[in-house]
Amino acid sequence: MKMTNKRAQKRASAKASTTNVSKFAPAKAVAGGKSAVKFEYAPSLESTDIVQIEKRNRLFIGGKFVEPTSGRYFPTINPATGERLAEVAEANEKDVDLAVKTARQAYEQIWSKMSGKERGRYLFRIARLIQERARELAVLETMDNGKPIRESRDIDVPLVAAHFFYHAGWADKLEYAFPGQSIAPLGVVGQVIPWNFPLLMAAWKIAPALACGNTVVLKPAETTSLSALLLAQIFQDAGLPEGVVNIVTGAGATGAALVNHPDINKVAFTGSTEVGKIIARAVAGTKKRLTLELGGKSAHIIFEDAALDQALEGVINGIYFNQGHVCCAGSRLLLEESIANDFVEKLKKRIAQLRVGNPLDKNTDIGAINSEAELKKIGKLIQLGKDEGGEFFEPKCALPEKGYFQRPCFFSNVSSSFTLSRVEIFGPVLAVSTFRTAQEAVVKANDTPYGLAAGVWSEKGAKIHKVAGQLKAGVVWANTYNKFDPSAPFGGYNESGWGREGGRHGLSAYLDVRGK
Amino acid sequence: MRSVSMIDKEGRSLAVVVPAVDEVGAIERADFFTKRSIKKDSKLHALYLAISMCDLTTLEGADTPGRVKQLCEKARHPVPPDVFASVARTKNLPPIPSVAAVCIYPSMVSVAVKALEGSGINVASVATAFPSGQAPLSTKLNDTRFAVSEGATEIDMVINRGAFLSGGYQLVFDEIAAIKEACGEAHLKVILETGELGSLDRVRLASEIAMRAGADFIKTSTGKIQPAATLPVTLVMLQAISDFYLKTGKKIGMKPAGGIRTAKQAIQYLCMVNETLGTDWLTPDLFRFGASAMVNDILKQIFKEATGRYYYDRAFSLD
Repeated sequence: MKMTNKRAQKRASAKASTTNVSKFAPAKAVAGGKSAVKFEYAPSLESTDIVQIEKRNRLFIGGKFVEPTSGRYFPTINPATGERLAEVAEANEKDVDLAVKTARQAYEQIWSKMSGKERGRYLFRIARLIQERARELAVLETMDNGKPIRESRDIDVPLVAAHFFYHAGWADKLEYAFPGQSIAPLGVVGQVIPWNFPLLMAAWKIAPALACGNTVVLKPAETTSLSALLLAQIFQDAGLPEGVVNIVTGAGATGAALVNHPDINKVAFTGSTEVGKIIARAVAGTKKRLTLELGGKSAHIIFEDAALDQALEGVINGIYFNQGHVCCAGSRLLLEESIANDFVEKLKKRIAQLRVGNPLDKNTDIGAINSEAELKKIGKLIQLGKDEGGEFFEPKCALPEKGYFQRPCFFSNVSSSFTLSRVEIFGPVLAVSTFRTAQEAVVKANDTPYGLAAGVWSEKGAKIHKVAGQLKAGVVWANTYNKFDPSAPFGGYNESGWGREGGRHGLSAYLDVRGK
Repeated sequence: MRSVSMIDKEGRSLAVVVPAVDEVGAIERADFFTKRSIKKDSKLHALYLAISMCDLTTLEGADTPGRVKQLCEKARHPVPPDVFASVARTKNLPPIPSVAAVCIYPSMVSVAVKALEGSGINVASVATAFPSGQAPLSTKLNDTRFAVSEGATEIDMVINRGAFLSGGYQLVFDEIAAIKEACGEAHLKVILETGELGSLDRVRLASEIAMRAGADFIKTSTGKIQPAATLPVTLVMLQAISDFYLKTGKKIGMKPAGGIRTAKQAIQYLCMVNETLGTDWLTPDLFRFGASAMVNDILKQIFKEATGRYYYDRAFSLD
């Protein structure tokens, strides 16, 4: 056993950031010796051999990977180690202009003239290739983003494929989505996506745009460009006509160049409310259409008559899924007072079981925070919460020495006036407060500038329907949370954004729909 | 939330309050534990632990002293020690533990007690008109007293499902309390026979009633009814145990029984216990498997870890 132990430790230290080194001592567990033995899960690391990362990743324009005109590249970091994974091209205005021109040409000469059935065939082909290369996509996503491999493997990538399949099905049936109305594609669409679900957001944006007959210039987030570029390879393999999808990598300036380009017909943005407002101002007064999917501070309401153990899992999934980097995260927990104390105790016990560590470990529940800047921001807000007087709890789990990690945590006894209740933290931090009546729960849930999602837990159907109907949120989950499906529209009220993505509603964001 | 009021044997009124169970959510959570990846040392650890938690069982009309004696030998040494020593030499693995208990009918208790002398292995006897429980309380009590007097250290009773399903919770409670008293020093495992209860809400309520009435363990099934133990049912019972512990500070044990046949399943259950109740429950004192067929599959996996290759089924004795 000594040898295996040593080897395991060596491997663990080589991979640096795991906390789960096992110590096998079964002799004590035999009958007679009845003391409980700590059951530690040995590291179970997903191999990264399947992924080939190029040192320098170029722009994807006109179906080819091209050098940026400036010749400039910036590093992309593996947040679990803090080490540089690769370099990514920085697109400037000239590159963006080339990408838009290429997209325009592809729109006019090929994509807008193609039948819906034909477009659907490409999308189906892309969806199947995504499934074939699912493991590669999942591993790369985890390396570049820091999310646990279990999530990228079981949630992100299957949903990515599902979005392409779903929209492939719509491509030749669009006229049935809007009966009695005439529909036309918009043209060239500029899309800017965030770093929390790099691949999934690319799918949410690209699949409906293409199904509806538009061509695309996509800008991924600067910390997570790699999976979008792997998706570009899949587009090549699928034989997608050149220029239909173009990917320009870069930071804010690249995004601004895209949004401000005069020859795009629509801007679709997912990201922070702050940037969303800048984009709205930039687009105001132009003919460009705009959809925004922004921040949130979603309320999770647990009534005393809820299935409490399942509600607890819903809360865990609501806030700690993807390290809390979820725009619709259930970051405000509202508990009916009669169950509040017990529920908080259960929550403490439960989050102590969450496994924080190397995202490539198949047993990791909470991976790395995407960047140093985000980690600092979360840390600041936690400190602010403590200063405001929230009751702080975090489990004592060890964190890896390298990389950007944050323990799952929550504040109880939080008031609606606290920054904790108002500001989107975008990390594994939950704010817990209480309510006395359903009416008060609704008032508290709606007391936010946002309105992206909400969760309601009760075993009383009538109560759920009544409360759900009064919540000002784009998505209301009943007795579950963070469930996504391409057929379900997603979007927000107020500062959470404009427009819907997914489902039939999402199609209208990529079409000019007029009465006949 | 459901509240059932009960009168205990001192005549005090007792409110048994249980939260609702959302079946979809429970199944989803249970499924999560099939995704844990337990490898290398932790796998070995879990496999050894699982053997030491096994209740090796024979509950047939055809049981004879000879059959029970054989089972008791298997209980002491799931694999002959010298055979394992030669296999495990290169990796220096510790010897295979004996199982936690042998579970038989009351008439076989004396045979098992004798066969297991000095082994530290418990003798568990089913009682209370197992498996149906369709007998008067006096018969159930006699059944229990007989098994205890023969030397059983653990009693596996069945609840009165007829009473439970027709709303006679007080009767279910009273019977458990009476049997507990008849057990004396012997540990009481209360079988809910979840396959006959019809919903996870009822599993939760039955668990609560059993724990309130004095169960030391709650157990899913007799093994005579399908479905027997499943991950979602076990999860709901573990959560009931967790809540009971939070409320009373008493640690109740759990025994899934029937339907667990592979080492892989055993590990899934152990992960579930580990992450629902914590490591305190990872001991034969608080967690058992009613799964005889599982032992050989676990041995197979341990042999594989020891030698790097799989042994074929016939390398291990049936009992």
